[in-house]
Amino acid sequence: MSQRATFEAAVTLGLTADEYARICEIQGGEPTYVELAIYSLMWSEHCSYKHSRPILGRFPTSGPRILQGPGENAGIIDVGDGWAVAMKVESHNHPSAVEPFQGAATGVGGIVRDIFTMGARPCVSMDSLRFGELTEPRQRFLLDGVVGGIAHYGNCLGIPTVGGEIYFEPSYEGNCLVNAMAAGMIRTDGIVRAIASGVGNHVVLIGSKTGRDGIGGASVLASQEFDETLEEKRPSVQVGDPFTEKKLIEACLELIHRKLVVSMQDLGAAGLTSSSSEMASKGTVGLDIHADRVPLREADMEPWEIMISESQERMLAIVTEEQLADVREVCERWDLDCSVIGQVTDTKMLRIHWHGERVANIPARRLADESPVIRTPSVKPDYIVDEPVAVSDAAYPQPTDLGAALALLLAAPNIASKRWAWEQYDYIVQANTVQIPGSDAAVLRIKDSPRGIAFSNDCNGRHCYLDPYRGAKAAVAEAARNLACAGALPVAVTDCLNFGNPEKGEIYWQFEQAVEGIAEACEALDTPVVSGNVSFYNESFGQAIYPTPMIGMLGVYDDVGVHIDDAFKDEGDVIVLLGAEAGWMDGSEYQKVAYGKVEGRVPDVDLRLEVELQGKLRAAIEARLLKSAHDCAEGGLAVALAEGAIASGVTGGTAFADPDTPQAREGGAGRWLGAEVDLGSASIVTGAAGRPDLALFGEAPTRVIVTVAPELLGPLEAVLGDLPHRVVGRVTGADLRCTMDGEELFTVPVSELHSAYESLPQRLA
Amino acid sequence: MTAPSTVRFGVVVFPGSNCDADAHHALSTFPDVDVDYLWHKDTDLKGAEAIVLPGGFSYGDYLRCGAIARFSPIMQSVIEFAEAGGLVLGICNGFQILTEAGLLPGALLRNTGLKFVCRYVNLRVDNAETAFTGACDADEVLRIVVKHNEGNYTADPATLARMKANGQIVLRYVTAAGEQGDSANPNGAVDDIAGVCNQRGNVFGMMPHPENSVEAALAGGAGGRRIFQSMVDTLMAREVAR
Repeated sequence: MSQRATFEAAVTLGLTADEYARICEIQGGEPTYVELAIYSLMWSEHCSYKHSRPILGRFPTSGPRILQGPGENAGIIDVGDGWAVAMKVESHNHPSAVEPFQGAATGVGGIVRDIFTMGARPCVSMDSLRFGELTEPRQRFLLDGVVGGIAHYGNCLGIPTVGGEIYFEPSYEGNCLVNAMAAGMIRTDGIVRAIASGVGNHVVLIGSKTGRDGIGGASVLASQEFDETLEEKRPSVQVGDPFTEKKLIEACLELIHRKLVVSMQDLGAAGLTSSSSEMASKGTVGLDIHADRVPLREADMEPWEIMISESQERMLAIVTEEQLADVREVCERWDLDCSVIGQVTDTKMLRIHWHGERVANIPARRLADESPVIRTPSVKPDYIVDEPVAVSDAAYPQPTDLGAALALLLAAPNIASKRWAWEQYDYIVQANTVQIPGSDAAVLRIKDSPRGIAFSNDCNGRHCYLDPYRGAKAAVAEAARNLACAGALPVAVTDCLNFGNPEKGEIYWQFEQAVEGIAEACEALDTPVVSGNVSFYNESFGQAIYPTPMIGMLGVYDDVGVHIDDAFKDEGDVIVLLGAEAGWMDGSEYQKVAYGKVEGRVPDVDLRLEVELQGKLRAAIEARLLKSAHDCAEGGLAVALAEGAIASGVTGGTAFADPDTPQAREGGAGRWLGAEVDLGSASIVTGAAGRPDLALFGEAPTRVIVTVAPELLGPLEAVLGDLPHRVVGRVTGADLRCTMDGEELFTVPVSELHSAYESLPQRLA
Repeated sequence: MTAPSTVRFGVVVFPGSNCDADAHHALSTFPDVDVDYLWHKDTDLKGAEAIVLPGGFSYGDYLRCGAIARFSPIMQSVIEFAEAGGLVLGICNGFQILTEAGLLPGALLRNTGLKFVCRYVNLRVDNAETAFTGACDADEVLRIVVKHNEGNYTADPATLARMKANGQIVLRYVTAAGEQGDSANPNGAVDDIAGVCNQRGNVFGMMPHPENSVEAALAGGAGGRRIFQSMVDTLMAREVAR
């Protein structure tokens, strides 16, 4: 208790001179050390969003389905029949870079707490991951640890991990990304918000004991760049206990459903400090917290350590005197600690006591909601170009064997099957999973209802690097397209905006541009942003990651029975390409894999066309006209075709709601379907460069391949109307054959494509 | 004697169980089944005629899978129930608990791949005469999901020989065509064993999750229905016999 809260101490805790002056002004002189520690956490970038708040106001956040927008633990969306979905994504990048297993595990734990805090039963976990190239041993170590941590925590909780994405780029080498997303089901009349109320009510801490783990996690780890002190930051990573969290879920949901708590808040970043000050601020009340009443793992902890510890699996509840005994009974039944650590007051002050002595007295609103706002003057980076790359044969020599080029792309880590990862996740628990990982979207039914929900997450960081506005816009469009391919109507977004150091003008420019792109696309697609997270300072040794605004999207079904996947189903089915024709080299996986380049300018999504395509695609699926649909993303048209063929024969790769599919008939024995595809007239499909490789592997937004039974082609065309589309071929036997104007480009057995596609484990050996 | 209208199942809930609700839900899809949860701290089986020990991570599985659960109050009742001939099905963690409790022979080691594995497997019914497989055809192949980290079944050679002679090896991992082979075995289990029963035939453990495979509209399919149907048939027949 002897530490002075001097300016030097403030700097050590990560505060600036301006911030220290402001704290002294609010506190009327030099603060106590506990007060200073509390301010340093609450005013950190991670907790205060001081660089991002002014920009995030650009997002559309409301709509008829939106029951809760940003500002709570999670966003909530009405999905019909009295059901709603709570959803949120959060980054756990820096903890995972320091200690991948525990960092990722506690990332899952934290986001799941955000969901059940509101009264929703967590029903979905998904993870968006970015690493450096797998040729580096440390990156394989990180990947293995992160996937293992997600599996360890999510599987133990019994929450299905139904999807996600993993990409590898050199820019993530020193700063991997772990974005954990979760969603839960809740009745629309059962929502609990984190607002303290009722003077005299008890402040109750439920769950694990408090230790020194995670001290300064939000400030030391999450709000600074990495440098050579990475290893020293290991103590700031929390350690997860999924068993306790599982008991917390059951106990807290029982408390909420029995209406035994006034409100509830989980302890995440900045622990007791943020949960108590936010609850007080939202309720315009005060809280008296007795830090000495907090159950501890280590007896000699100081009050400031107790207040900012990020020990996991803890919840804060406001409870009336009358209901306290019942709350204690529920916690005891689940063998959870339950301690009254304070009371609600009318002072609007957060007051911390330590054995009878007051050690902090802070206006709750000023602490929680009036942190400084910083707007860095933005600067367009020099590397940005305005024109697409010139695809000359000198700079980009054409491959002689296009079939081999396709196999190379399918084996590229960014495209190759991630089965190695998702087979480590329990994706089936809770008995709602309709579509397992590996297709465009995860699909779940809602029990005792014909309705269903679907989730996707997307972001092409390379595209966002080349043009953050277009790239971010495309991420939203692609997330929605993936849902549309499964037949779902996109309704809401949660986003995780991963960027470098916002104090740099170039990074701030990327951020502003990306937010604008997301906002425009969300407006056009009618998918408000209901929750999210900003993660800045994703840099190591001054090198920033690619701007990576990850989009998590929720879709809904009136009848989940209409859903389809990406797998070819029957020989003779007609393959139709919907949307744009020519592919671009700029920012494509082909450009990276075949030529080792990332350059040019990515195409802009035509949002009007995108909305039309998705609407007609969904209409065709709802009319049960289609057998499969698949977005053309990384690797372009050829990879999309190959994936449809590969999925036709993979055991467990698809749902088998339809008992007549080959995989159902043969138990997924691996009977491949291929395709014969003619790209058409070279003058139409090869773009300005006149090259068949771009028609095959070039990328463009707003493209989907669908398969349809021949007799339903007419009805499909009636639905499509004047939407650009073209019959490109048929589903056939075991080869994928591509021609242009009838001239053969390549023929490859699907079994060979499958071997390339499933080659990721070999790279990890 | 008229046939009884319903049979009564109990699903045990340990702290850390996470397929208890799925087992409860799966059983509730059978019109002639009543199902109740049984709390680990209780000893009352609530009149259940069959007990299901569900999957999950009982007590966090922090010591050894199932090693703590077997000492819980409810397990003392389950052991007595089993010794009196009651039907007990252990799924995944439930199977592990049954081996820890000594109700089933053998043990479950860590998967040879050293990773959690969630995958569709094909299971051949190598004994279709048990209380848990009577509704299956001999050599029928069921498609069900496994999801576990410690599913690598093992037993000493003498025990294995005895189990084979007694028909206690009930389910084996096979290809879709019904053949044994390494590629079909997800965890390295000896002799591709996926499910075993005790000598008396009233206690059965299996690593795959039939409760996640009872509805054709879901990704899990309906390959697990016959396990529960067999139990229901057995109980119905018992009541008629009484």
